[in-house]
Amino acid sequence: QFILKMAAVQSGQSETEEEKEIQPETSNDGSRTDGRPPAGSPGVPAPSPGAVKPSAPGEEETLRAVLRFLQKNNLSESVEILRREAGLPDEPEDQTGSESSGTGSGGQEAGGGVGDAGSLLSRVSAAPTPAAATVAAPPPPPSKVGAGDDRPDVNVVLSAYSQQGDPVLYDVYYSGLKKFIESVLDCHRAELSQVFYPLFVHMYLELVYNNHEAESKAFFEKFSGDQECYYADDLRILSSLSKKEHMRGNETLLDFRTSKFVLRISRDSYQLLKRHLQERQNNQIWTIIQEHLYIDIFDGMPRSKSQIDAMSGSLAGEAKRDSNKAKVFYGLLKEPEIEVPLDDEDEEVENEEGKPKKKKPKKDSLGNKSKKQDPNAPQQNRIPLPELKDSDKLDKIMNLKEATKRVRLGRDTLPSICFYSFLNAYQGLTAVDFTDDSSLIAGGYADSTVRVWSVTPKKLRRVKSAADLSLIDKESDDVLERIMDEKTASESKILHGHSGPVYGISFSPDRNYLLSCSEDGTVRLWSLQTFTCLVGYKGHNYPVWDTQFSPYGYYFISGGHDRVARLWATDHYQPLRMFAGHLADITCTRFHPNSNYVATGSSDRTIRLWDVLTGNCVRILTGHKGPIHAIAFSPNGKFMASGATDGRVLLWDIGHGIMIGDLKGHTDAIYTLKFSRDGEILASGSMDNTVRLWDAFKAFDELETDDFTATTGHIHLPENSQELLLGTYLTKATPVIHLHFTRRNLLLAAGAYNP
Amino acid sequence: MAEERRPKQCTVVVPTESMKAMAESIGVGQLQEESCVALSDEVSYRIKEIAQDALKFMHHGKRRKLTTSDIDNALKLKNVEPLYGFQSQDFIPFRFASGGGRELHFYEEKEVDLSDIINTPLPRVPLDVSLKAHWLSIDGVQPAIPENPPPAPKEQQKAESTEPLKVVKPGQEEDGIQNKTQGATSAESKEGIILSEGYGGYSTLDYCMFVCVCRLQEALQSIATDPGLYQMLPRFSTFISEGVRVNVVQNNLALLIYLMRMVKALMDNPTLYLEKYLHELIPAVVTCIVSKQLCLRPDVDNHWALRDFAARLMAQSCKTFSTTTNNIQSRITKTFTKSWLDEKTQWTTRYGCIAGLSELGADVIKTLILPRLTIEGARIRAVMDGPVVSNIDKIGADHVQSLLLKHCASVIAKTRNPPDNVEQYRLDYGYLGPMLCSHVVKARTQAALQAQQVNRTTLTITQPRPTLTVSQSSLGGSGGPRTPSIIKVPSSLTLMSPRPGTPTQPSPPATKYIVMATSSGASSTQQVITLSSSQSGGTSTVQSATSGLQPLVKLESGGGPGLTASRPMQKYIVVSLPSSASLDGKGSGLTAISSSTAQLEAGMKLERSDSPGASTH
Repeated sequence: QFILKMAAVQSGQSETEEEKEIQPETSNDGSRTDGRPPAGSPGVPAPSPGAVKPSAPGEEETLRAVLRFLQKNNLSESVEILRREAGLPDEPEDQTGSESSGTGSGGQEAGGGVGDAGSLLSRVSAAPTPAAATVAAPPPPPSKVGAGDDRPDVNVVLSAYSQQGDPVLYDVYYSGLKKFIESVLDCHRAELSQVFYPLFVHMYLELVYNNHEAESKAFFEKFSGDQECYYADDLRILSSLSKKEHMRGNETLLDFRTSKFVLRISRDSYQLLKRHLQERQNNQIWTIIQEHLYIDIFDGMPRSKSQIDAMSGSLAGEAKRDSNKAKVFYGLLKEPEIEVPLDDEDEEVENEEGKPKKKKPKKDSLGNKSKKQDPNAPQQNRIPLPELKDSDKLDKIMNLKEATKRVRLGRDTLPSICFYSFLNAYQGLTAVDFTDDSSLIAGGYADSTVRVWSVTPKKLRRVKSAADLSLIDKESDDVLERIMDEKTASESKILHGHSGPVYGISFSPDRNYLLSCSEDGTVRLWSLQTFTCLVGYKGHNYPVWDTQFSPYGYYFISGGHDRVARLWATDHYQPLRMFAGHLADITCTRFHPNSNYVATGSSDRTIRLWDVLTGNCVRILTGHKGPIHAIAFSPNGKFMASGATDGRVLLWDIGHGIMIGDLKGHTDAIYTLKFSRDGEILASGSMDNTVRLWDAFKAFDELETDDFTATTGHIHLPENSQELLLGTYLTKATPVIHLHFTRRNLLLAAGAYNP
Repeated sequence: MAEERRPKQCTVVVPTESMKAMAESIGVGQLQEESCVALSDEVSYRIKEIAQDALKFMHHGKRRKLTTSDIDNALKLKNVEPLYGFQSQDFIPFRFASGGGRELHFYEEKEVDLSDIINTPLPRVPLDVSLKAHWLSIDGVQPAIPENPPPAPKEQQKAESTEPLKVVKPGQEEDGIQNKTQGATSAESKEGIILSEGYGGYSTLDYCMFVCVCRLQEALQSIATDPGLYQMLPRFSTFISEGVRVNVVQNNLALLIYLMRMVKALMDNPTLYLEKYLHELIPAVVTCIVSKQLCLRPDVDNHWALRDFAARLMAQSCKTFSTTTNNIQSRITKTFTKSWLDEKTQWTTRYGCIAGLSELGADVIKTLILPRLTIEGARIRAVMDGPVVSNIDKIGADHVQSLLLKHCASVIAKTRNPPDNVEQYRLDYGYLGPMLCSHVVKARTQAALQAQQVNRTTLTITQPRPTLTVSQSSLGGSGGPRTPSIIKVPSSLTLMSPRPGTPTQPSPPATKYIVMATSSGASSTQQVITLSSSQSGGTSTVQSATSGLQPLVKLESGGGPGLTASRPMQKYIVVSLPSSASLDGKGSGLTAISSSTAQLEAGMKLERSDSPGASTH
């Protein structure tokens, strides 16, 4: 009982200073505790609210803070309950609440704060002292749900790391647990080992928070080597942190405190762990597990080490199973029917016959395919898409025509690769994009310029000035040709406007616009008719790492250091959607081919898929061990590939939300991924100066789609990445930073030559 | 490994002395020890934090090197004013100083005189960014062009030769290499440079070299620079060793010279791992140094130059390849010394031995040649002053004499102290003494002259080659990326047009001139005639060839792409001679013809397969 009271006092003292900085962050997830194992409360004797003990005076404030917090989050029911129980007056702002009730309720609340520990204690000791029982007692059952929802949350906010054990014992606790886990059966060991990393971090942070500098250092040195190698980056950040003051404003740390580390453990293993901790009365660890970990328990066989390794590695553990349950309409939208003139199929014929122009609607295989509505496709008008213009139709026709001449790629017919080297870029090339028809190439540079090249003999021309335009005969047939200023024709144009390195670049599908995002926090829209900046979209206040146009134009997505991805429309200066949830920088952003979804990759080593319509996060994909720098969707919209600094390419099934492949081979960060036009080949380009080709057809074909154990989240990755590797092409000191398949399936690659 | 590093990360802090030093530098005199500790903790943490943020910028900048601008950006992220004046692309050297028990690292900033800056001519404007395209792969096969890295890096060639079993590792490596080798071989077959079928039965065959001096020059150039040749290396090596064997018997001086130049070219090629083939190459080279007879008319032909050249080659290979395990240098030295010491050795061989030894350097001359000068002098005198034995001997002795004089004089000039007394020399070196003396004097004056000139820096200006622009503009018209092997670019980048789609990189010329078998049996006799007639010319060019000729770009090859339809590639198919004076050469000659046409067809095919790709844009 004494310990509990101490803890309560501690929490009361610390809350005032903690409250302000933590509250904003915790508001993101009110329901995260509902999956909490029901270990805490059962077995606790019936509540007796009347027997509240008086406690330290500081706790009145605690209670007020709690109330304020609850109100802020509109948890009126809980407020009601708390108020009723604590006997506080109706106006929480009234600071003159009676001393006795205030302190009394403070005791109650503080008891709740350590409730879990208390209840555990009571269970362990089997014969709880009455006082402890009353303090720890939750409210009556009907209201318990509501209170149970919030209380641990508040608890995190108020008393994070304040339960102070003996710093020397941390070492003992941890090594005790380590010994235990090493001694359990093999099948459980891998699962339970997952606990190490979050425990280690939280224990370290507790030590640091409580100013045990020497102990924390010793603790870190002793156990940091045991952690999985893919946490090395985070550990490096942790290691630099040795003072309580440092914890303020450290992002990694806030992430740890505000979000629960998610573990997936089978019921058997979990029981094992629980029993051990209870036997050993290891409260310290148990408290951390209760408060900072989210353990997703599943029934069935424990997972193997490789299965766990495949999925772990993200900053906040694995994704919860239910976060990937939402239905995703991954099918493609129906293509608008366009009449494809048959006649110019054969150019010679056309030349002989003059210009017959029969205008027969063409019923080829492509047309038929688009007629059938894909059951997985979203409604055609699920999100409003821009109308097709005549020029777009023309482009579509060109596209179809090219498609008929497309090389059918496969294992035996690999694509030719044409490499565009940027010479004399002085290490300054940061982003590259090609237009869909491969006629233009744009590069973003560290010196904040953007350059556009024409790779066809057609030169880039600017539209004439307004004065000159007024002189043009607007009725003439070649007015589009006349508006261009022949004098400005050149092979490349430079766009000035950014004030920092340009990190992302994207052409609009109709080739009229170019987007660029930069370190200066803006996204700029450039016209490729006038080669001037049209709009600067301000919203990200920090560097914007990536941007991309929707495949249908009009919309675009951007993401950056502020951890928020924004969806914009070109004619709005404010974003239409903000996708928040990543725990670290958003490093890359990609549109789904049907434009209804957006994928973002992040430094927190997760990929999230967002619904453009609702703004919800519909998939969280974990498994990468480094910041994700490349994402590509397969042309049928069903699959996704992602590449990270860890040099691995992961393949995902979007519908089921699970990993289906792991392509190993690259030795450095992967900066670009692209599927061939038919989705049969996946090309990846990396910092290790190679382009690699993978057999995507085989990777997706071999899936046993019926055997998906999406319910348990078990994955069985085939170890065949070497069979899938079709080719490795080494460049000469040129990192590959962009890849693009032309409409005929010729692979274009780009990078800066760095001798 | 990481585990060892991590504890270190945990503890690294800026030393408190630094804090003191910094405090003093801004005028804070007495800083409490405690505040120093607190400060250094804080500062170390902040620095680490900023460095971690800067890393982020590096990653997004797609670089491997952290730059000062990354730090600036990281500071900006924290709303801190960036450090101005540290815009350096290079490593900033910190200087170290200690004194008074203090150690200090500082960045040395020199005071700059403004007038200096104003008066120095402007530096060259950095070249503008340009875009160049080349084929990284054609239908899944990487063409061996200079824009691509060599099919197998030197390390891998080494691994293959030293640990043949290890190379084929299970897993990822395997695929890569197999792919690569497949790629390389098929690329070569496509380009039509695969050897004729004769390879299997080369004991009967012998390639001989053809000679058309202008072509040969290019062929050698190609051998010296082509990155994709390593697959051919075994054949080259056999070709050379067989060629030398045959031609020594036939006394075909011109061909020997070309073979030696080929060795030289191979050695010049930085992408080849030659170690594996030294057992074939070195005997060939040594043969060319010490063989009794290398030409039909030793009294007239200048086989001495060949010996000199081969000796230089030998010295070069000793320098590059000699290790403690293979002991090339000592073995070679032994060989030379042994045959030199032999009384019966002919003058030609003697000359070769001395040349070979003296090329190995001043030390070898000092220890091995100088002590024998007296004996050698006596021998020469016996020939010169004695009864005329034969003209050949006399010429030989004459050459040996001048050779000795040439090499020894410079060494003596360095080792012996100035007063050059003729008598003293005669005493020391016998017959050659007086002549040596005059040579030494000459060498000394020359050295003095050179010493004066050393200070003058030489400026080499490479002449821009106008042909280039021509070839590029012609390419520009055709549009789209092209197989770039046709375009030759000198090492200067200045001439690049901003036109994308013409792939060029600062690398050696790309055209492939592979010297290989094949020519018609009928014409072979003619070529032999050409051979002998060009002999004198050939020998005289040996010297210039070694001095790293960079042949000018030929207009015809630059403008190639336009013509390729009619003429598949710039391919110089080269020659075989009938086998060693026997008649069965006809058969091989015939097979050679058929194979040559096959190559041409392959070349055509390649062209065709290129063009659809190029027009897909």
